[in-house]
Amino acid sequence: MERRYVKDRLRRSMMFVPGNNPGMIVDARIYGADSIMFDLEDSVAYTEKDTARFLVHNALKTLDFGKKEIVVRINDLSSGLGIRDLEAIIPAGVHVVRLPKTDSAQDVVDCEREIARIEAAHGIPVGATGMMAAIETANGVLDARAIAHASSRLIGLALGAEDYVTDLKTTRSDGTELLFARSMILNAARSAGIAALDTVYSDVNNEEGFLAEVELIRKLGFDGKSVINPRQIGMLHKALRPSERDLKKAYAVMEAIAEANARGSGVASLNGKMIDKPVVIRAQRLIELFEADNTVEEEE
Amino acid sequence: MELIKTAAAGTMESGDIMVTIDPRESGGITLDLTSNVMQQFGRQIEAVIRETLGELGVEHADVQAVDRGALDCTVRARVSAAAFRAAQRENEQWGET
Repeated sequence: MERRYVKDRLRRSMMFVPGNNPGMIVDARIYGADSIMFDLEDSVAYTEKDTARFLVHNALKTLDFGKKEIVVRINDLSSGLGIRDLEAIIPAGVHVVRLPKTDSAQDVVDCEREIARIEAAHGIPVGATGMMAAIETANGVLDARAIAHASSRLIGLALGAEDYVTDLKTTRSDGTELLFARSMILNAARSAGIAALDTVYSDVNNEEGFLAEVELIRKLGFDGKSVINPRQIGMLHKALRPSERDLKKAYAVMEAIAEANARGSGVASLNGKMIDKPVVIRAQRLIELFEADNTVEEEE
Repeated sequence: MELIKTAAAGTMESGDIMVTIDPRESGGITLDLTSNVMQQFGRQIEAVIRETLGELGVEHADVQAVDRGALDCTVRARVSAAAFRAAQRENEQWGET
């Protein structure tokens, strides 16, 4: 079966593009985000849901976004709008459907059933379209593990912090308020072998605050972040790039492993220290990230 | 597609096109198009508008379009949205890619 999405790929940045703004839709590909997310939900006024649907449908059918991952955030299914969004975007070739306000595994199952029905009706192989779940409530955070395992179509979980902090009866501050949700979503995503994407940083003029948040989510283990302003993309990618020192060490680890294998030895060491399996896995991941990053820069 | 009322879709922002459709009983499609790229792309925009209306089965209408440099896919989207609004229809039929 031919899938439209790649399960495991570089997802450092997912750029929000309002679904009813043709100028921004046309320009979306030039900013270098790994994934472009056309939004039919919160950035579109209720009275313009129909026009945005026509616009995103026609853009997906016509415009060339190169190798970028194309995601569409639909309205939630209970609103009645979500199904109409799916009817418009699946025949048009969307790669990944982003489900908003995912409260339970059942939300994912319900959405998947509709996607499968629409794929079948249009002669698209059932299973071709990917999904991701945005978690934006206390319920969703507590059910994150079940959500992450609810469908084999899922490529990742994302945190939507604005609704979440409101649900918690707090506000966004230094990140303390999101520590539990971030940790929970990250662990849930990893337990299902899928990506974890952090929430947007909405104060676009606060570069320092943005970079501090990126550093925090990098340390926690997130793949990347949703972004609302193209200016944040370059800063984000730079901050997630492995340092020269770490890269050198990673390549040295891999060389030591290769040498040990050539000697027929199962034990490799570097500077007198034995190399454990987790060290090798981390080194491989770092090199993959660096090489994928280079490939993306060359394409751009 | 039977048009019931006057309806519009689109905005006056750069890269967009504002399309207004008035139903009429007969006389085919009349088109009043203004564009800041009329000289280069006027004919192309007109062709896309007429083609889209044809595909939707709209035979008679007064169409007013103010273009701000919209691409073909935007023109098609705005004409379709205006026509569905004018027909008071919500059951869009999405063709395969």
